[in-house]
Amino acid sequence: MAKLDSFTLKDPIRESLMFNRRLMITVVVVIILTLILLGRLFLLQVINNTHYTTLSEKNRVNILPIAPTRGMIYDRNGVLIAHNVPSFILQIVAERVENMEATLSLLKQLITLSDAEIKRFKRKLHRKRKFVSIPLRYRLSDTEVARIAVNQYRLPGVQIKAELSRHYPIGKLMAHVAGYVGRISEADLRQLDTSEYRASSHIGKVGVEKFYENILHGKIGFQRVESNAQGRIIKVLERNLPTPGQTLYLNIDANLQAIAYKAFGEDNGALMAMDPETGAVLAMISVPSYDPNIFVHGLASEDFNKLRKSPHRPLFNRALRGQYPPGSTLKPLLGLAGLELDELQAYKPIDCKGWYVLDDDVDQRRYRDWKKTGHGSTNLIDAIAESCDIYFYDLSYKLGIDRIHQYLSAFGLGNKTGIDMEGELKGIIPNKDWKRRHYNEMWYPGETLINGIGQGFMLTTPLQLTSFTATLSQAGKRVKPVILKATQDPKTGLIQTIKPQPLPSVHQINVNNWETILGAMRKVVHGAKGSARGMGYGLKYKMAGKTGTAQVFGIKEGEQYKKEELKKKLHDHALFVAFAPYEKPRIAIAVVVENGGGGGSVAAPIARKIMDHYLLGKGNEPVLVK
Amino acid sequence: MNPYSSNNLDFGDEHRLGGRGRFLQRIHLDGPLLFALLLLASIGLIVIYSAGSQDSGLMLRQIIRLILGFIMMVAIAQIHPRTLSHWAPWIFAAGILMLVLVLVLGEVGKGAQRWLNLGLFRFQPSELMKLALPMMIAYYLGSTPLPPRKLRLLACSLLVIIPTFLVAKQPDLGTALLIASSGIFGLFLAGIRWRLIVSMFILMAASAPFAWNMMHDYQQRRVLTFINPETDPLGAGYHIIQSTIAIGSGGVYGKGWLNGTQSHLDFLPERSTDFIFAVLSEEFGLIGVLLLLSIYLFITARGLMIASQAQDTFTRLLAGSLTLTFFVYIFVNIGMVSGLLPVVGVPLPLISYGGTSVVTIMASFGILMSIKTNRKLVG
Repeated sequence: MAKLDSFTLKDPIRESLMFNRRLMITVVVVIILTLILLGRLFLLQVINNTHYTTLSEKNRVNILPIAPTRGMIYDRNGVLIAHNVPSFILQIVAERVENMEATLSLLKQLITLSDAEIKRFKRKLHRKRKFVSIPLRYRLSDTEVARIAVNQYRLPGVQIKAELSRHYPIGKLMAHVAGYVGRISEADLRQLDTSEYRASSHIGKVGVEKFYENILHGKIGFQRVESNAQGRIIKVLERNLPTPGQTLYLNIDANLQAIAYKAFGEDNGALMAMDPETGAVLAMISVPSYDPNIFVHGLASEDFNKLRKSPHRPLFNRALRGQYPPGSTLKPLLGLAGLELDELQAYKPIDCKGWYVLDDDVDQRRYRDWKKTGHGSTNLIDAIAESCDIYFYDLSYKLGIDRIHQYLSAFGLGNKTGIDMEGELKGIIPNKDWKRRHYNEMWYPGETLINGIGQGFMLTTPLQLTSFTATLSQAGKRVKPVILKATQDPKTGLIQTIKPQPLPSVHQINVNNWETILGAMRKVVHGAKGSARGMGYGLKYKMAGKTGTAQVFGIKEGEQYKKEELKKKLHDHALFVAFAPYEKPRIAIAVVVENGGGGGSVAAPIARKIMDHYLLGKGNEPVLVK
Repeated sequence: MNPYSSNNLDFGDEHRLGGRGRFLQRIHLDGPLLFALLLLASIGLIVIYSAGSQDSGLMLRQIIRLILGFIMMVAIAQIHPRTLSHWAPWIFAAGILMLVLVLVLGEVGKGAQRWLNLGLFRFQPSELMKLALPMMIAYYLGSTPLPPRKLRLLACSLLVIIPTFLVAKQPDLGTALLIASSGIFGLFLAGIRWRLIVSMFILMAASAPFAWNMMHDYQQRRVLTFINPETDPLGAGYHIIQSTIAIGSGGVYGKGWLNGTQSHLDFLPERSTDFIFAVLSEEFGLIGVLLLLSIYLFITARGLMIASQAQDTFTRLLAGSLTLTFFVYIFVNIGMVSGLLPVVGVPLPLISYGGTSVVTIMASFGILMSIKTNRKLVG
């Protein structure tokens, strides 16, 4: 007490008053500050409440798109061509990774990881938004998934995502028909409806997958979810399921594809078969083929370059885009034109000496027949059956190029057939006007002769060859070739069949003239001197056809063509077109064997194998072995 | 003392209290203050249960901490203010020594260091300083007539600046701020002249650029983010954006206990510690906020009343600066969480989970109660 008293030497009353005055100031300050806080909270909670409630809902509720399941693809008999299989993707959220290099090197120890994959990953890493996962490896094996799972604690930011990925079980057989899907590229993004593809990673790139993309893809679905700050879904509030894509049934017969690929052996070329009445494409092959599965997850650029730069051009769809000189396969069409325009009578023969000279040619240049010795006295039927060039030099000369052009065009040559696939080429059927436009030159009479036997400027695709053969078999009735047979709704099971789409017919041709030409084509296979008689031996049905040989390079006048001495690359292309049965045609076919040599000996037997199987059901045993 | 007095509502005259009041007086506790603190701690536990995603372990640890805090309060309340006054310089000197030690050890151990490992438990000297500095100021100014003279003022500013600097260097901006304000409040209440206060503000404003340069990167970033949180919505601004969303979306009535989406879906960072106010606002709305602020104001008012009724300079200054520091906690924390102030690590007293701050705050209330109950009995 005494000690405290010593303080009283000061002025306690004054100090106490002063202190309380100061205290009152602090009370005021405390009240003001409290009011500031209250004002702030009132502003947030009452005045701006709606704004912040919206923000909090935006935080909480996410709308996630759900990718639709892509439609399956089957052949006409229900053989599976394309489906979706579960596959595992390794992806990384860079923001959650502490040390990217260490993570990558650890992953390299756990799973196989190529430098190319790492390079691609790093490239994507530079161009991404925050907290977006970047795929590093696709198609992890079960063992790899397990290895990652066990080491997950050492790999923050590394995730394994399961998704459905496209698979082509009989890939190579169908590559040029079905095509493939690939990752959506920036070029794709520019053209498609991005809202429909928000959840999709793949899109059809070529073939059926591309052409029927809109019905294969399906409709996107959504789910409203409550998710936490890490993006993990806590609960699903609302779900709007996607509509899966339609199932496609193709007209293609996988068995025919398999037989055709086997029949080609080591040769390159193309084959196309269709139902002449409906236009249904039964087979479409381009040899060599490739495995479309490698495109699904994107392949390294060196692998792609290897495919692209291969001299055999496996990615090139010869059936649609290969433009070959039609050679003698055109002769029935020319013959028909000749009959119709009455430039010749079917049974009035000419004398084939093995060469032809234009009447007014001062040089007396000789246009040669493939048969050096000539065919002797030859009428139209023989000329088609034996493929006499001299007869058709004469006929072409009489018809003139413009009338030839007119007739061939009526069969659809020089134009797209309109098949349900992208990339088809038009080929070339020249006339005088065409030459003036493209070469700025006049047409020479000699060119008419060369083009009259399907050489020179003439170019056709295997698809066009098949199409005109079908038209011939139907006596002028034309129909659009179609790959798609039917679509099926995977939910209801409802099947919608595609109807044949007729094209303008080849008009005003005398029935007798049809019969003459088709009879001649029948003699190609069944006649004693028919150019494909070797193939026709033992045939159990009647077939009509026409062989063709397309020169790859010009042989100078007087020069001999020695097959053995030429490099394979310079051999002639072997062509064969045919339909069967003769009485009621069910299949029309065109075969091109690149550098194969003779049409009758090389191309025709391939066509027969297809027809045998299709018409006789021969080989109902499973042919489908890869 | 009149044992027959029945007026136990007049807390001002303890000598006339009977029954419970007399018992509390005997064990040196202040009933209203005790009641408010218990209420606050209970609210804190309710909010922590929600913020910690119904983790009862978290709540249990907080309960233990609170019990320790209350024991600390009761223990300190038993110490006579005179004894506290005698200890003040020694405690202050020990505090400074330990702060220096922490800094030196921090240099060795690299990075931020706030702890002193005393084997059995870890001790945070900066927390001690929160009490030691106001005690020291009150002791120093209490021995001479008020208002203090120039030389004394200079010494006082050194007393404030040295520990503040040492703590800010740790770096612990929040605690440094609280320590500095506790000292400044002491000076203000001691009656330093307005002219001096104004010139001090000018000096502070002038030294701001230097202070900026001395700040750590993360401290500078915090200030910049405070000025414009939208510049970095995923980084440093994230805290402020998410906590204002939490508060704002709570509205008047709140989303209901355990129903806060911002907190339960992890959008709100530090939600059981420094940002717990956002959880409370989200789940209990403006009504919950008003209740909480009322309790805080009541405690502050009670503290200031004790200061006003204290009978000598030491106890007056000490009670006043401790109470005002308590209010600074509240203002800085709520201001920061609601986006009024930059983010500094200051907990919401008795609501925030963890921290040695519980013990420090309870100790300061122990001192207040000791001051309240040890007044000279007049009459």
